[in-house]
Amino acid sequence: MGSQGGFGQSKEFLDLIKSIGEARSKAEEDRIVLREIEVLKARLSDPNTPKFKLKEYIIRLLYVEMLGHDASFGYIHAVKMTHDDNLLLKRTGYLAVTLFLNEDHDLIILIVNTIQKDLKSDNFLVVCAALNAVCRLINEETIPAVLPQVVELLGHQKEAVRKKAVMALHRFYQRAPGSVSHLISNFRKRLCDNDPGVMGATLCPLFDLITIDADKYKDLVVSFVNILKQVAERRLPKSYDYHQMPAPFIQARICMNGLEENLTALQNAYMDIPFFKEAGKIKLLKILALLGSGDKKASEQMYTILGDIMRKCDSTSNIGNAILYECVRCVSSLHPNPKLLEAAADAISKFLKISPEIAEQHQLAVIDCLEDPDDTLKRKTFELLYKMTKSSNVEVIVDRMIEYMISISDSHYKTEIASRCVELAEQFAPSNQWFIQTMNKVFEHAGDLVNAKVAHNLMRLIAEGFGEDDNTADSQLRSSATLKEKFAVQHAGLGHEKSSERVESYLRIMGEPKLPSAFLQVICWVLGEYGTADGKYSASYITGKLCDVAEAHPEDDTVKAYAVTALMKIYSFEIAAGRTVDILSECQSLIEEMLASHSTDLQQRAYELQAILNLDAQVVEKIMPVDSTCDDIEIDKSLSFLDGYVRQSLENGAQPYIPESERSGMSNISDFKSHEDHESSTHALRFEAYELPKPSLPPNVPPVLASSTELVPVPELSYVSDILQSATSAPHASDAGSSALKLRLDGVQKKWGRPTYSSSTPSTSSTDNIVKIQSETTQRDSVGNSDPKTRDVSYNSKKQQAVEISPEKQKLAASLFGGASKSEGRHQKTPKPQNHTSDKSRAAKAVDIAPVKTSQPPPDLLDLGEPSITTGGPTIDPFKQLEGLLELTQDATPVSGGGVGTADASDFSSLFANMSVSVPSYGVDNPVSDVINGNGLGGSTVESSVQQMSKGPNLKEALEKDALVRQMGVTPLSQNPNLFKDLLG
Amino acid sequence: MGIRFVLMVNKQGQTRLAQYYEYLNLEERRALEGEIVRKCLARNEQQCSFVEHRNYKVVYRRYASLFFLVGVDNEEKLSALHQLCNNLDLPIYNKSGEGFNHQLIHPKVEAGLPNELAILEFIHLLVETMDRHFGNVCELDIMFHLEKAHFMLEEMVMNGCIVETSKSNILAPIQLMDKA
Repeated sequence: MGSQGGFGQSKEFLDLIKSIGEARSKAEEDRIVLREIEVLKARLSDPNTPKFKLKEYIIRLLYVEMLGHDASFGYIHAVKMTHDDNLLLKRTGYLAVTLFLNEDHDLIILIVNTIQKDLKSDNFLVVCAALNAVCRLINEETIPAVLPQVVELLGHQKEAVRKKAVMALHRFYQRAPGSVSHLISNFRKRLCDNDPGVMGATLCPLFDLITIDADKYKDLVVSFVNILKQVAERRLPKSYDYHQMPAPFIQARICMNGLEENLTALQNAYMDIPFFKEAGKIKLLKILALLGSGDKKASEQMYTILGDIMRKCDSTSNIGNAILYECVRCVSSLHPNPKLLEAAADAISKFLKISPEIAEQHQLAVIDCLEDPDDTLKRKTFELLYKMTKSSNVEVIVDRMIEYMISISDSHYKTEIASRCVELAEQFAPSNQWFIQTMNKVFEHAGDLVNAKVAHNLMRLIAEGFGEDDNTADSQLRSSATLKEKFAVQHAGLGHEKSSERVESYLRIMGEPKLPSAFLQVICWVLGEYGTADGKYSASYITGKLCDVAEAHPEDDTVKAYAVTALMKIYSFEIAAGRTVDILSECQSLIEEMLASHSTDLQQRAYELQAILNLDAQVVEKIMPVDSTCDDIEIDKSLSFLDGYVRQSLENGAQPYIPESERSGMSNISDFKSHEDHESSTHALRFEAYELPKPSLPPNVPPVLASSTELVPVPELSYVSDILQSATSAPHASDAGSSALKLRLDGVQKKWGRPTYSSSTPSTSSTDNIVKIQSETTQRDSVGNSDPKTRDVSYNSKKQQAVEISPEKQKLAASLFGGASKSEGRHQKTPKPQNHTSDKSRAAKAVDIAPVKTSQPPPDLLDLGEPSITTGGPTIDPFKQLEGLLELTQDATPVSGGGVGTADASDFSSLFANMSVSVPSYGVDNPVSDVINGNGLGGSTVESSVQQMSKGPNLKEALEKDALVRQMGVTPLSQNPNLFKDLLG
Repeated sequence: MGIRFVLMVNKQGQTRLAQYYEYLNLEERRALEGEIVRKCLARNEQQCSFVEHRNYKVVYRRYASLFFLVGVDNEEKLSALHQLCNNLDLPIYNKSGEGFNHQLIHPKVEAGLPNELAILEFIHLLVETMDRHFGNVCELDIMFHLEKAHFMLEEMVMNGCIVETSKSNILAPIQLMDKA
């Protein structure tokens, strides 16, 4: 229709499109585009280029940019074109500008004026074009330039203009809420616009507003309901119907808005569009109308309707189940109504067909999903598992997650999975050993992706474990077991145990070239703290290893810093113990290297180490008490012990210290940027970075700590180290240094082993240290009772998975689901049965719904699509495929070969039927086939392609049509239903 | 609805139309398109029409040789809304717990997430609209009338929101321009 008639596309343009369409490879496409760029550069710089040509050039520029090449040389021409008087040129210009530029581009300033002028135009299409541009190009600074006009246009007589003006305001609101805060009432006004389009558009900004503050807009609920009623009663123009469904998009939006009043609407919004279309019959409109009307009345009415739906639902079809499921979700989010809950439970059992085996099948289906090649399914399944994790199945699930995490390369999702593993492990870890093991795994495979806090958490846990040993003398035996356990695990890779196995894994881990930095930090820290604690390993052995670590990572200052600090700890423990310290030559050279390091942090640490080495045992013991990471340390923040020194210096004529904030032109060492404010706020050396945040500390300290995200506290001033050499200050710094590592964690809300957000496990609710131990032990005990089974099962199932026998899966399922329910009964206070079931149903749903989704596209579409995939072999020229789009019922061309054979008449693959074939079949009056030929195929190209395709006999005809089509313009217009099927089916 | 981009890509992975509702520079666009297209084209018909990629959820649908891909907000927005809820002191988590860490997302947050199925239908509407305009639309139509395809999209989506779903309303300005 609209595309008929000459649109003056030149042969050049047609050729370009054709060659791009025919390009077989990216390289070829790039060549074409590069050539095109040259052509365009020449043409655009020619001052005699006629206007109508200009539009085409700009569109060609769009192609250049769309295909991934820089078209900036032509931006200015696009800008110029927006000034044109011709509407089409103007709009094309605006389009190009919006596609080329962002709102902060320099050229924008040249357009603002044009936009201002166009907003005042008499031609509403010009105004619309300008408003489109406003939505894309106006930034915060230029809003005032157009705001008055936009507001004026809200009352424009053309609804299209009003609609776009509303959206422009919406955009302003998104960019700079303050700029339009006084205009928000306009949205309310526009909601009552006579035109449904304007009203519908207004829902967008209102949705944003309501999301932020629902209370202010409660009064609009009535309007929403009215609109819904109108929609439901089909009082909107027919054009808004979509597949016989009245204005579904508006409904969905309203649902979302209305939902502030009534949560259920959301669920219905989800049900709304797809299910309506598929199921057709269900009269959700009424529900939706009721939903919005709010509160009790609506709820009551909703109850009956939901009940009705659930009763009537056809649970034999996927769609019926889907609706049923939505209803259940609906009910569960409503205010509880016993009758309805009962009905929901019924529905669920219906859903599961009451038979437990079926439910089991669903469970198995979940397991299947885990192994499904479809990544989306997998992810959804993991989301499901994540949500249903409990202490009883956490091991299996986290195991699976880690496995999956290792297997994927998408770092975005890897990060997510890793953080979920950590979260789950923190909340549900059955034992310390397991937790540490898991953390180690996560670190090993995604160490650089997890939050640094996690590493600190782990260190804190280890340290606390030791701290607890001191605090609870009566449980020494057990805790030393814990200690060993932790040790063993933590050092599994570090050769802490003599068994060759341990050494091997140690070698393996250390031998891996790319250990994540965070993991290495943990390793260094543990080695430093506890490496020599039980005497199994000599100091020189551990220090040698630490040196290796530091040397293996010359670029990673943080790791090196950890290594040096660990060295310092080990040496001071040795000194304190009265042993002579024998510094390995490699250590010596490492220290020397660091003394000259560019990193002041490393330098300081090295100097500290040197200083400590020269001290006697007594002092050192004070500086570095063994296993003191959990001790509280008092810190003299004002450094009053230096007052005398300062006074003396001042008396001797020294310059008074000027805080950094008051100095100007100080160049900052980039590494320490994050500490700048820090420094300036304290007006002193940054000692507090090392300090222990205690509740008693002045309130300004915790934020400081929280704000610094760096792992290692970094003192800035180089003379710090000198000062530190005085024995008095050193203990603060170094001691706190080790404790700070864990202290930083204080921002982390969740404590390991204690689900902070769920009160499910009573034993884990306490925060007291001693109680903690007890609870841990009880936990472990209970785990001891119930766990081995589950664990065995999971291990077994894992082992046997290779065999892929369903019993194995069943076991896995049991460990996921069955075990879950068991422990739920045991550990948690009377879980609502409904929850569990809904959980299951959810699992089942994931299974059920997924197929629904995939099979959803109506068959007619896929019918076309599928064959084309299979037959559209890569061997076939892409342009011929294009032609295929216009394809004819006639297939059976010799060229298309096998593909054609399988394709039926309506099949796409017959697309490959070349044009010559198509031409004859269509007859002269079929413009489409002509179009194909005509579409930019020069006679010669046609010929060549024909030759390629060995369609000799039809060539002549094809050429004839080609000529004809070219006269008509290049649009394929055909009444042929098969052509119609091409895109739409 | 939070639409972030609309892409049309053919089976060979060649971009036929690209519209972004947030600014990405050329490099970012190229990388994003490459990754997403590779991901989506590798999937078979039996697989789900929704794919997560980076911070997007991509809803795609295939028509003949042409893939229509629409990127919508995914977690990013979710976490932003989480933040919002935290600021507003809205409950995000189901504190009662009910036995497992059922992290009930507050409905308000969930509402902010786009309905993928609606996006799927939006794609269909777009194709139907183009079909009405071009008559039996095919890939070539879009190639030869790139600007018109863009105009239609401009009418349908503004600020990443679906603002117009009436085919006649969408096409009216385009037809008026044709006449002019």
